[in-house]
Amino acid sequence: MTGEIGLFALCLALALALMQSATGFAGAQPTAVAARNVASASALGLFVFIALSFGALTYASVTDDFSILNVAENSNTLKPLIYKISGVWGNHEGSMLLWVLVLAIYSAAVALARRGSERLTSAALGVQGLIAAAFIVFILFTSNPFLRLDPARLEGAGLNPLLQDPGLAMHPPMLYTGYVGLSAAFAFAAGALITKERDWARAARPFMLAAWIALTLGIALGSWWAYYDLGWGGFWFWDPVENASLIPWLIATALLHSTLATERTGAFRSWSLLLAIAGFSLSLIGTFLVRSGVLSSVHSFASDPARGTYILWLIGVSIAGALTLFAWRAPSLEEGASFQPVSRETTLLFNNVLLAAAAAIVFLGTIYPLALDALTGEKVTVGPPFFALFFAPIFGLMLLLLPLGPRLGWQKGDLESAVRALAPAFLIAVLAAASILAFTTPFSLRGAAMFGLAAWLLISSGIDLYRRNWRTVQPGQIASAVAHAGLAITLVGIAGTTLWRSEGLEVLRYGESMTLGGYTLRLDGVSEVLGPNYRADRADVTVLLDGKIVAVMHPERRFFPAERQETIQTAIRTTIFTDLYLALGDKRDDTHWTLRAYVNPLAPFIWLGGAVMALGGAAALYGRVRRRSAIPEGAGVPAE
Amino acid sequence: MRRVLAVVYLLLASASAVAAPVLGTLPDAAQEARARALQRELRCMVCQGESIDESNAPLAADLRALIREHIKAGESDAQIKQYLVARYGDVILMDPPFDASTYALWLTPLFVLILAGGIAIWVVFRAARAPQGGAEGSS
Repeated sequence: MTGEIGLFALCLALALALMQSATGFAGAQPTAVAARNVASASALGLFVFIALSFGALTYASVTDDFSILNVAENSNTLKPLIYKISGVWGNHEGSMLLWVLVLAIYSAAVALARRGSERLTSAALGVQGLIAAAFIVFILFTSNPFLRLDPARLEGAGLNPLLQDPGLAMHPPMLYTGYVGLSAAFAFAAGALITKERDWARAARPFMLAAWIALTLGIALGSWWAYYDLGWGGFWFWDPVENASLIPWLIATALLHSTLATERTGAFRSWSLLLAIAGFSLSLIGTFLVRSGVLSSVHSFASDPARGTYILWLIGVSIAGALTLFAWRAPSLEEGASFQPVSRETTLLFNNVLLAAAAAIVFLGTIYPLALDALTGEKVTVGPPFFALFFAPIFGLMLLLLPLGPRLGWQKGDLESAVRALAPAFLIAVLAAASILAFTTPFSLRGAAMFGLAAWLLISSGIDLYRRNWRTVQPGQIASAVAHAGLAITLVGIAGTTLWRSEGLEVLRYGESMTLGGYTLRLDGVSEVLGPNYRADRADVTVLLDGKIVAVMHPERRFFPAERQETIQTAIRTTIFTDLYLALGDKRDDTHWTLRAYVNPLAPFIWLGGAVMALGGAAALYGRVRRRSAIPEGAGVPAE
Repeated sequence: MRRVLAVVYLLLASASAVAAPVLGTLPDAAQEARARALQRELRCMVCQGESIDESNAPLAADLRALIREHIKAGESDAQIKQYLVARYGDVILMDPPFDASTYALWLTPLFVLILAGGIAIWVVFRAARAPQGGAEGSS
């Protein structure tokens, strides 16, 4: 029954999505009050039925209903409960259902929050309904998660063990909350073009912020997972799938900044609209890249040409439609705002231009091998050197200019007072860079530049916070300083691990030790242990620092019989300032094992910074939601 | 950034019975460093986006052994790369070459940056000259 309830709910959801779309667009007319009410009600109904459908699939997975093909192929009785739940979105069909669920949540939120004018909200609901309908059709016709098996299987095939991990259980919902959140920004932008509503960015901002926070956390989680799960101690590989999440993040970041100016002075109005369109289009392209199987990697557990073709059409139609609407209506919304070369607008402009250029270049590097192969049949690899070559200087320049922005006023800024306020930060940054060059090895100009920029950003954010009046401060006012400080912390982490990482690989007999970065690592033994759905070789490694035992660590190699796969379970001991990272290598004979060890200085800062950035975003979101009725227009008070 | 020797070395080394402190590595430290550097520049052909330095795939292990044989035979890095490109094509290079098929890849970013800078400067000039007062914003 469960499967049929889920499928039936999904069909009803499709009807509601179409209803929401039709009435939403109709409600964009000034007098169509009834249509607007129906659109809002449909949005709530859509959420209820998608949630029911998703709940049915989750229930089937949790209760090991192997008469449902999707569950039989992706689950297993031995799997722990958390992975039976996360396994729902650990496969193509379920993850698409999650995508629509998140969309329905945003859509219901738009209907309930009513942040824009009535007409704008209605048009946005219309766009969201259309997107939901397109995706539900996609699920029903190419990726039905409720297909039955007759006879039912006795046991399921299990989930890729690499995905059986708490970090990765949360990674897809986070990323989807980000991707799909950009669809809400897109819906408001398209709605603004339809209704000629100028003030769309204010209505869309909470959704943009939610999307940005989720993308930030999603990327950080993905990177953290790659770090501890893949066993190589790396945190970013410029893999196409990683790039597919980074590009929308860059665009979302640009959008958050450009709309600051749009809201305040009306500057960059068309550009903000274009960014909202680009952000959602790139999320769709990201979904296509990951889901269609054109990239073969751990993420592309789905490979079906019909699916790829459908998503490609969806992308083509939505981009073409949105751009046509843009070309038709955007000129009438633009108002040619005026600002002086020294002003906050100028710094935001450079922020946007650099972020957009970075996004374009990452996109080029990601798509180039695919395009070249499709056009000429030639194959090339675009690896990390290409991305690093362009990305590093662009981001470097952006970070160099960044602290100026919050110190300059709108329309006309005072460069002299900004320079005076920032002088201490600049001095400390130069000192930091110089001391990195003077006192640390190896000699690295790039490392010095990274630490210098991080200090520049961190201290200037600190100055910004210090100058606030803490009695009256609003969360929204400190949001940017917190987020920028988070970026600096991430940069410190990247610089530290890249510069000072050390590694060791040795074959150890039981009782033998290796030394690395001041640590002595003694392999005491390796024993076999049984997990719920795996068996593991578990090493006991005693860690000594200055002759004293500081820890016993247990790196493992796990074998999953149901999936017939082996995974590495690293052991990481962190002091926040440095990670000791162990991975158990191969068994040579009964008493000899290989042990790989890394010392990654400052590595935890990479993800800590991500969390701080998200915290900054959360402060801005909180400020927005709380002040929803009082529109902030206080001159000279930087909004977020 | 220094990455690692793969575990698979051990299998190789036990087969060829080399007695080195860490099996499968070259006894000459300079030669080993060259091998490591080369490994990072070559792509694992059966994985996605991984160099052979960080791949657990058997093919990557074979290539790591192959590189060391060629280094021992006294070939230069360029010769070894040339040999591998002849066998596998440009796709094996993590850093693609600058030739007819990649002009667009390497030149587009420069074009993007010049265009972006040009647009930014143009927008700043235009905004500076625009009449004051169009700035009250939201309707």
